[in-house]
Amino acid sequence: MIEVKDLHKSFGEAHILKGISTVFEKGKTSLVIGQSGSGKTVFLKCLLGLFHPEKGTISYDGKIYANLSDDEKRDLRAEMGMVFQGSALFDSMTIAENVMFPLRMFTKQSKSEMQDRVDFVLNRVNLFEAHNKMPSEASGGMQKRVAIARAIVNNPKYLFCDEPNSGLDPKTAIVIDNLIQEITDEYNITTIINSHDMNSVMEIGEKIVFLKDGHKAWEGSNQTIFKTDNEAVTDFVYSSELFKKVRQMYLEERQ
Amino acid sequence: MTYLYNIGTYFLMIKEMFRKPTKWSVMKTLIFKDIDDLIFGSLGIVAFISFFVGGVVTIQTALNIDNPLIPKYLVGFATRQSVVLEFAPTFISIIMAGKVGSFITSSIGTMRVTEQIDALEVMGINAINYLVFPKFIAMMLYPFVISIAMFLGILGGMAACIYGGFSTLEDYITGVQMDFNTFHITYAFVKTFVFAFLLATIPSYYGYFMKGGALEVGKASTTSFVWTSVMIILLNYLLTQLMLS
Repeated sequence: MIEVKDLHKSFGEAHILKGISTVFEKGKTSLVIGQSGSGKTVFLKCLLGLFHPEKGTISYDGKIYANLSDDEKRDLRAEMGMVFQGSALFDSMTIAENVMFPLRMFTKQSKSEMQDRVDFVLNRVNLFEAHNKMPSEASGGMQKRVAIARAIVNNPKYLFCDEPNSGLDPKTAIVIDNLIQEITDEYNITTIINSHDMNSVMEIGEKIVFLKDGHKAWEGSNQTIFKTDNEAVTDFVYSSELFKKVRQMYLEERQ
Repeated sequence: MTYLYNIGTYFLMIKEMFRKPTKWSVMKTLIFKDIDDLIFGSLGIVAFISFFVGGVVTIQTALNIDNPLIPKYLVGFATRQSVVLEFAPTFISIIMAGKVGSFITSSIGTMRVTEQIDALEVMGINAINYLVFPKFIAMMLYPFVISIAMFLGILGGMAACIYGGFSTLEDYITGVQMDFNTFHITYAFVKTFVFAFLLATIPSYYGYFMKGGALEVGKASTTSFVWTSVMIILLNYLLTQLMLS
């Protein structure tokens, strides 16, 4: 579980996060949504410890991040998996080496044990045939799946995804969403996804946090988002005609 | 203020480079890869430049000695002194600031732009140790490159001297061996180690702390070349003053 209390972050004069508080529960897929510039990425980077907030606390299963020593912070980070927007695969390594990397760094497993684990996770993301390819030879969807495989190979407690289906076609995006959802359930981890994608919101948003201008403007789930009257949320989520109709149909069904 | 900030951040990076070391089994691979990229990958250009510049130094010296009272072996002596004291350690280091320095800045800078460094940090890895330390260790073999530059510079001078008809082989070798001071070799290698440290760390600094996209990677490479060269020239002056005067 990750608990965020009154989080503030500024860059010079620009006050990006203005007192965000929320809780991300274990075993649930939580989505952070909002317009570009609303502070989603800064929020995620604060959670990852890449940015240091000026005010507020972030605690991971009761441990307040700011109170940890440098070594404890590094140990905690070893329990995090991250899927970057651009996948961030190491381009000097093959796909298998990328996935094996966290195991080589943090475990004392033998090479065959590591190889077995890599085979298992690559199989899990349906990429078994891509072992020896370089990241540059893989498609966008494959790179995202490799990034997911690398993020889960060391059994993380927390999985963070920054716009995991940006730049993907709708079909591949659904595959990636479902994969993240299944992995969250299977491993019972705390998953937080930054997303713009309304399909993801509807499909896997067990918890949704809507950010606007650095504030938490709304919080709910993919069930309650249909019913909300919050103008900021409805403006953002139902900006397309398609989603307006989906919402209308949902509400009509309920009446 | 920006200069002070940069200097402070550079020294903090140096400190961080030695903290929380990466697992040896991983580090070993990185060191060998960097030795291959930075040291062996530079031998070709260093050999080529050293041989021909050694030849040019000899020709220039020979052509400027028109007094018949000055012995011919002075050409070999002047070539040795120029190559060992300045050309090999300093001039080659400036060339390496362009070749190795821009490679280091652009490779680390690209990792920054493509979030690969963020990925390392998120995993709890000391990214500075992981990226910079192997380069620092690899560059400790830099005196090996400079030894080759010294040898080929003198050899190039010999070839130019003989084939240009400026003096005989015997005269040239006599000049090369004359008044040999071993401290000059010590001085050259002390400089080489200092320059190796600069060549590994200044470009790494500019790559690691760069901000922006592909265009900024190019700008960072240029800036790192300029500052590495400036620091090499400044420290060359200081070390010469301290060790030879």
